[in-house]
Amino acid sequence: MTRLTVNGCSVEVGCDPGTPLLDVLRGELGLVGTRFGCGVGLCGACFVLLDGRVTASCDTPLSAAEGRAVVTVEGLAPGDELHPVQRAILEEQAGQCGYCLSGMLISAAALLAAEPRPSEEAVVRALDGNLCRCGVQRRIVRAVLKAAE
Amino acid sequence: MSVTVGSDGLISVRAGKVELGQGVLTALAQIAADALGADLAQVRMLPARTGDGPDEGFTAGSMSIAHAGPALRADCARVREAFTVEAARRWGVPPDAVTVRRGVFGCGGLTATYGDLAEAVPLDREEPPPPGAFPHPPPPEPVVVGVSVPRLDLPDKVVGRPRFVHDLCLPGRLYGRVLRPPSPGARLVRLRPLEGVRVVRDGSFLGVLGETEPEADRALARLRKAAEWEERDTLPDERDLHAYLRTGPHETIAVLTTTDNPPAEPDTGGSPTTGEPPAGTVHTATYSRPFIAHASIAPSCAVARWNERDGTLEVWSHTQGVHPLRTALAQVLGHPADRIEVRHVEGAGCYGHNGADDVALDAALLARAAPGRPVQVRWSRQDELTWAPFGSAMSADVTAAVDATGMVCSWAYDVWSQGHVSRPGHRGFPGLLAGAHLEQPLTYPAAGEPSPASGGGMARNAVPIYDFPHLRITGHRLLETPIRTSALRSLGAFMNVFAIESFMDELALAADLDPLAYRLAHLSDERGREVLRRAADAAGWRGPGQGLGFARYKGNGAYCAAVAEVEAEHHVRVRHLTIAVDVGQVVNPDGVRNQIEGGATQAASWTLKERVRFDRRRITSGDWASYPILRFSEAPEVSVELVEHPGTPSVGAGEAAQGPVAAAIANAVAYALGVRVRDLPLTREAVLAAIERD
Ligand code: FES
Ligand code: FES
Repeated sequence: MTRLTVNGCSVEVGCDPGTPLLDVLRGELGLVGTRFGCGVGLCGACFVLLDGRVTASCDTPLSAAEGRAVVTVEGLAPGDELHPVQRAILEEQAGQCGYCLSGMLISAAALLAAEPRPSEEAVVRALDGNLCRCGVQRRIVRAVLKAAE
Repeated sequence: MSVTVGSDGLISVRAGKVELGQGVLTALAQIAADALGADLAQVRMLPARTGDGPDEGFTAGSMSIAHAGPALRADCARVREAFTVEAARRWGVPPDAVTVRRGVFGCGGLTATYGDLAEAVPLDREEPPPPGAFPHPPPPEPVVVGVSVPRLDLPDKVVGRPRFVHDLCLPGRLYGRVLRPPSPGARLVRLRPLEGVRVVRDGSFLGVLGETEPEADRALARLRKAAEWEERDTLPDERDLHAYLRTGPHETIAVLTTTDNPPAEPDTGGSPTTGEPPAGTVHTATYSRPFIAHASIAPSCAVARWNERDGTLEVWSHTQGVHPLRTALAQVLGHPADRIEVRHVEGAGCYGHNGADDVALDAALLARAAPGRPVQVRWSRQDELTWAPFGSAMSADVTAAVDATGMVCSWAYDVWSQGHVSRPGHRGFPGLLAGAHLEQPLTYPAAGEPSPASGGGMARNAVPIYDFPHLRITGHRLLETPIRTSALRSLGAFMNVFAIESFMDELALAADLDPLAYRLAHLSDERGREVLRRAADAAGWRGPGQGLGFARYKGNGAYCAAVAEVEAEHHVRVRHLTIAVDVGQVVNPDGVRNQIEGGATQAASWTLKERVRFDRRRITSGDWASYPILRFSEAPEVSVELVEHPGTPSVGAGEAAQGPVAAAIANAVAYALGVRVRDLPLTREAVLAAIERD
């Protein structure tokens, strides 16, 4: 049994400790907002916060999350509330297929937690590990800056 | 009938077009709401499925709004009329005395909602009344068409709600993985037996099933070790795509000839032409683009279930066409099409014929081995980047003769390419990847050329928009190839516009003329002129230094002009793109902007970075390190100017920017560096090579 906190709730998971955290979240815990994109840490679709740090859940084994706090896109804001970046993404309509958005929200939320008034360069740097093929990068940058206002 | 009205007032519209990330369902909902005189909030767009709703073929080619819009508008108008007539009957007034606004019918002080009238209007029980069956009440004023209403699907996506086919959780789900051959020419020769792994094999098609995703992944890893392949060197030399594309056999496509006096004949293999030598000074240049991958962030995914009891197959897919996919599955599986139901579920952002249909067949083949249980198959990143069809590499010669003032008197264009369409059903073939690997193979043939009526493939935008007096445009489609290609956003237009518009700049420069003025001097199309001017004004056109690119997509679609500002030393960076676009009547202005911004960003990525890599045996660009795409730090700012023409037919925006952006960047780079790179992508190596060559 591996014990960890996910979006503020403490959970116990019986999977093999080597199981990728992403599979645990999606398959065991039903938190499908975190997405598979590449499986090797190169695209950002699977980003979660692990003790507040942006982490690729696809190449992080469950064992590495033992006793730690995981936050997924579903846990960015309590209940039905929206995180400021979620709200700003809707206001800026910063999405097309939307598959990349969960990971971007995680990167952006981590940035704003550490740096509530980031510069545009800081936003770009914070999101550089997130790929988007539909090309909404500039809208996302605008949204994150707006969320920081 | 694709429209139903519930007594709760909800109006459900079963669309024939599918959401691919482009926001089409939102735009169609706007059209439906206005035609119904309904509130947007009461309109529900239902995803396409084969069992009901219109068969509108593929959602492709920027034709969704142009094709589905009018049909949907007409359907909804008939529904509105039927309800109007019912309200009039109830109130004993003539139908044209009844108005409708935001879903409420009214006459004098009387009102009734769609919900109130629903039971009395039998929409789903019989065919809708034919148009003109009763006096036409005046259509309501447009309320939401032309307005930037927010995307209907985004709220789910920002909070991570299940929305994609990857998230579909059906009871008893199994996970499937497919082991693709290591190279296009590979054949399975031996498979060592595997204990405790549920293997599915049919010829060289190999897959595994697992109760959980990690179990399926572990099984796949074991299967990989147990499989022995025989590989062959079948691929061309990636460093000489010009030679590869120009070595036949070819089909010759006579795109357009307006003269028997073309400027000069590029070397097409020795057939001399008739006609006089051209008047004027002859310029010529050769351009190319490499193979390009779809490279969606979401891997292709599908779910399939065989129901033993009634012999039906259900498939959940992010295909571009539920009906063509059903036909193709029926062909490969030897199963009657009317026993197959394909339902659309959102998936990867879609930029053309990607792996969506292929993975649906994978899922069906694996699910056949586990009757009654839904099997979800998801491709790996490597499958995605190496096995989904590519956009074809292309090579083109442009030759123009110009008079003493530099004006073009004749123009010849030859383009060599593989075909650009091999979608399910093209020329009757299922066109599904796994079909080629089965014991009884149903191989996909080399890609073909879409009809001129649908805009052509390699010939798309090969005809310049300018008023050139003499033209000869010829395509040469490679008939045999080991590399699978099909439709990728804008098909041949990306390359053709890049080549034409690069060459226009080369001619302008040779004549010492401003590139904008040079284009305008050759252009009588008024809407085109306006778009060019608007882009130039918005960008504060300063002449060479900025780069310009322009086209009308497919010759009959959206006009688009792009101005690029770049920094180029040894590494090219696009700082800003200013784009003016005329898509006719705009249904959703922000939706159009979003499509143009996204298309432009993707086109910048293709232009600067992208190239499918291979050696003589394998496709080697199987991850994001070997197939890099544009990152946040490289994404240009994009400003969009909408040139509105209310009342003109709406045309799509999704593909309009691809070619103009490539040309604008290439032209800006040429001024910045003083040398011209004619082979895409404009990587550091390509730039250095061009500087050296100079
Ligand atoms: S899926 Fe984890 S980084 Fe791509
Ligand atoms: S919105 Fe489609 S990948 Fe980013």
